[in-house]
Amino acid sequence: MSGIFVRGLGAVSPAGWGVAPLLAALRGGEPLPVQSLPGPMAHRTYPGRTVPAPVTRPNWLAHPRLRRASAITHFALGAALEALGSSAAPPPSSPRLGIVTGTHAACLRYSERFFGEVLRDPPTASPLLFPETVINAPASHLAAFLGGAELTYSLIGDQTAFVQALAVAADWLLERRVDLCLVVGTEEFAWPVADALRRFARGLIASEGAGALVLAREPGNGPGLRLELITNAHLHACSDTRYAAAHALRRDFPHESPRELLVDARCGVPRVDQAETAAWQGWSGLRLSPRAVLGEGLAAATAWQCVAACAALTAREADAANVSVIGGNQQAIGVRFAAGLPQASLQDT
Amino acid sequence: MLFPPKPSPAPQRVVVTGAGIVTALGIGWRVNAAGFRQGRRAFRPVTLFDVSRQRAKVAGEVDLPAALPPTRLSARTARRLNRASRQLLWATAEAWQQAGWEPGEDLPQVLGTTSCGMECGESYYRQALASPASQRGQPTRALCYQGQRQALDVAEAFGFRGPITLIANACASGSNAIGHAWELVRAGRAERVLTGGYDALSQLVFAGFDSLQALSPTTCRPFDAHRDGLALGEGAAVLTLESLAYARRRGAEILGEIIGYGAATDCHHLTQPHPEGDAALRSMQETCARAGLSPEAVGYVNAHGTGTQLNDAAEARAINRWAGAHAAHLPVSSTKGSVGHLLGAAGAVEAVVALMVLREGWLPPQPLVETVDPACAFPLVREPREAKVEVVLSNSFGFGGANATLLLRRWP
Repeated sequence: MSGIFVRGLGAVSPAGWGVAPLLAALRGGEPLPVQSLPGPMAHRTYPGRTVPAPVTRPNWLAHPRLRRASAITHFALGAALEALGSSAAPPPSSPRLGIVTGTHAACLRYSERFFGEVLRDPPTASPLLFPETVINAPASHLAAFLGGAELTYSLIGDQTAFVQALAVAADWLLERRVDLCLVVGTEEFAWPVADALRRFARGLIASEGAGALVLAREPGNGPGLRLELITNAHLHACSDTRYAAAHALRRDFPHESPRELLVDARCGVPRVDQAETAAWQGWSGLRLSPRAVLGEGLAAATAWQCVAACAALTAREADAANVSVIGGNQQAIGVRFAAGLPQASLQDT
Repeated sequence: MLFPPKPSPAPQRVVVTGAGIVTALGIGWRVNAAGFRQGRRAFRPVTLFDVSRQRAKVAGEVDLPAALPPTRLSARTARRLNRASRQLLWATAEAWQQAGWEPGEDLPQVLGTTSCGMECGESYYRQALASPASQRGQPTRALCYQGQRQALDVAEAFGFRGPITLIANACASGSNAIGHAWELVRAGRAERVLTGGYDALSQLVFAGFDSLQALSPTTCRPFDAHRDGLALGEGAAVLTLESLAYARRRGAEILGEIIGYGAATDCHHLTQPHPEGDAALRSMQETCARAGLSPEAVGYVNAHGTGTQLNDAAEARAINRWAGAHAAHLPVSSTKGSVGHLLGAAGAVEAVVALMVLREGWLPPQPLVETVDPACAFPLVREPREAKVEVVLSNSFGFGGANATLLLRRWP
């Protein structure tokens, strides 16, 4: 029986650069401080949680491709390199590496800057900015920095885009299109995101960062974390409500036991959380809500959910972890990770 | 469940049973086929936004009718559709009707786009600056800016549900989307998939290409030795893909077969291809290898052919290297000289052009090319021409080094 294994984890978040500060913040359980961030008008600020500057400037920032790259690429690369570095994996320059990124707001910081220049004076709008506004710029920079990639996809969608990226990566691995796949969820803070979020629900705090998982067909020397399932995608912007989608999502997960962890997408704003809260009523196991601590990091926050789930399994805090993602306006979709080899593989050995 | 997949049967043959197309040539197969067959050009001065201070002034704008095709959308929903959604809806309606599909609960949708609903994003930005406290229309603009909104509109309009995958691989997005959909059906993950690509013109993207001086200030002439840039266009194309077994079970008319898909990543530069077209070559080679065909089996190449110096030179070298001696007998042309570069829709529109070539027996010409670039070792199609072609190869390359190739075969 073939399986898909998690071989490495990486994260960049408002808690800092790395998985360790992310986990420390989640263990602390307290929402991180909210900053007032500037927008285009001097008198107006936006609430947000941004990634702190790294303690030391990473050497990789000197790469020619990264000179002008936006923060979204820096975050993606920070998380990716940590995940690859901890993966006991083939060298990143392996010609059989796949890269899939998932994002919601994408390269909005340069997009709004470039569009501002276009509106002010089109002939002087910067040709240096425009290429960095393209949604697949982070994936392209990742591939270039890592020395090449067999396949590279950039997926967009609501918060669930990262889960779909996991599904694409799993497909590529099963079809043997690649041997190793880097899956990254990445976002950057930009005032239009904060502005839009407040129009849907006051109290939603935009944040930024990235999370990365390295997937492979073999467990390697790692703890043998398995991608056990990805649920159906339950659309909820058509006729169904988010409630129905959230309940359908829970039904897709197998039986639950007290030794299981739930990592949900609740952000601490009751109006936004109510569908997920109702769907998971009665959950008796461990539970984490990364967005409530770190903010609405969109697809990056979904990646943090998965990183937190895998880290808990590595630390043997649970036997399995269910990640529930009730997206804002597309679908509800979930992932389940489990510790140890699948039953058939154990029998094989 | 999306994972783990059901045990895979033997690889399925994947056929196209419906195709819808919207370009500046018009809405629908017939008007587009007539235009592409003659090499008609559909550019006009841009009216959607101010280009008075840009170098380039024209684009392939679509004439969109005020009405929409009949769908299940409420009047309220229909009123708030943006330009991208409307184009996608027209293309889907044509493909859906042609395929004779019924709504379903598990119909995946795989679309390519690079601008999503950019028009709404631009409006949002303008109003957020002009009237920051005003809520009027802003939530709707924020929603319609997002790519998933256009896909959800399609699902709602035709009454189906299933996973939505949006691939944003720049100008290769449409081909990647069709290729990914092909892989889903081929591997037995789905019996049918709705796929394609769309992108509407927007001020940001127009100004972006203009800032790079990539837009032609004269006439877009792919593969001409004196070419001076691309022209932007807009549109959408949608294909209904299904397994051959499924199509036969329901007695569907088959328009053509997709027999190969390949992709490769060019790490040379964010916006420039490797000068020798290395990744383009790998993409074409992988596609043919997966189809089990040699270049000699290909009877026509629909090139990416944007009209920029760098793209066309690199693509010409890649085609020469891939085809070898066969290049001398392999007709090649780019349809971007007719409708412009449709970005995320380009690969999908060109896949429909490939189906037209296979079904109707003609090659799309580029009549305005005066001096063919000597880098082309292949005959560039410059005059309208009849030809019975068995296999068409279609290339799409994008910013960020996204390269994708599709291979389509005539259905007897």
